[in-house]
Amino acid sequence: MLSYITVLLGCQLAGETIVRLLGIPIPGPVVGMVVLFLLLAIRGGVPEGLDKVGRALLLNLSLLFVPAGVGVMVYLQRIAKEWLPISAALVIGTLITIAVTGLAMSALVKGRRQ
Amino acid sequence: MTADVRDVWTYLADTPLLGLTATLIAWDAASWIWRRARMTPLLNPVLLAIVMIVIFLSATGIDYRRYFAGAQFIHFLLGPATVALAIPLYRQIHALRRSALAVTIALAFGSVTAAASAVGIAWALGASRSTILSLAPKSATTPIAMGIAKEIGGLPSLTAVLVLLTGIVGATMGPWLLAKLKVADPRAQGLALGVASHGIGTARALQSGEVAGAFSGLAMGLNGLATAILVPLLVRWLLN
Repeated sequence: MLSYITVLLGCQLAGETIVRLLGIPIPGPVVGMVVLFLLLAIRGGVPEGLDKVGRALLLNLSLLFVPAGVGVMVYLQRIAKEWLPISAALVIGTLITIAVTGLAMSALVKGRRQ
Repeated sequence: MTADVRDVWTYLADTPLLGLTATLIAWDAASWIWRRARMTPLLNPVLLAIVMIVIFLSATGIDYRRYFAGAQFIHFLLGPATVALAIPLYRQIHALRRSALAVTIALAFGSVTAAASAVGIAWALGASRSTILSLAPKSATTPIAMGIAKEIGGLPSLTAVLVLLTGIVGATMGPWLLAKLKVADPRAQGLALGVASHGIGTARALQSGEVAGAFSGLAMGLNGLATAILVPLLVRWLLN
């Protein structure tokens, strides 16, 4: 169990190192995710212990957002001031995205079947 | 007696234990309420927990920095959890290889639309620069979106809440919109919900079926990656 936590932290460390070395503006953990993905592809499967650790983390993933989310209390005034652009971008932007993705995918899937 | 209580309180308010415990208690309470409400996206437990803690901190006069001194132990796990997203992604890519081309193209459309519409609408309505930068990655899954916001000069905390709200909007209004547009294929429904509203959308897609859920989970993972590459480039190009 512990050694698989080391695998996750090792991938993250590798990701942070790659990002810093290459100076690319991508979050280190995202590159770490790609590193782990490649390792799994090379190995050709997910080891049971890694699966357990991953599951434990991902089942509680939502909890991990709370501490950062509470930080919004620092920005309450900004949200009150900019409520219109923020809520318009949230609602309209999200609905446009759902429409574009859904229509594109159903056209593509249909086109390939014919 | 009151002096003693005050001493104890002063001590507690300063130790990391309080922030950590408060977070876990609020989380448990919020999850309980959410389950009692049949897991409706409107009572998202993350949002509920955040509201509870903000009220608690405001009432007790503890500032965010002191709270975070304790809560950072939970926050730290976001990094390894993001790495662990590779595991479901690896599994789903195997299962969904047959629609690879359609998924790639639809995903590219979706990722660009998500970032461009958020930035465009906020900019047109006069949002400040850092608000726009915090909105840009809103459709990516929270840990990735927060990382992007930090990278491009947005406010990661603001992004965390905006991402949650995006998920709630997508999960509550998305299925209705897809029905209006006559998008009936579960692969298309799942992909749309996953791209636009990440994990919360995926949870909603899973309720309509396994195929929609699998495509939504895949879309969430790939969109996180696509957004991480796309948004910094888009921002550099648009705002310079």
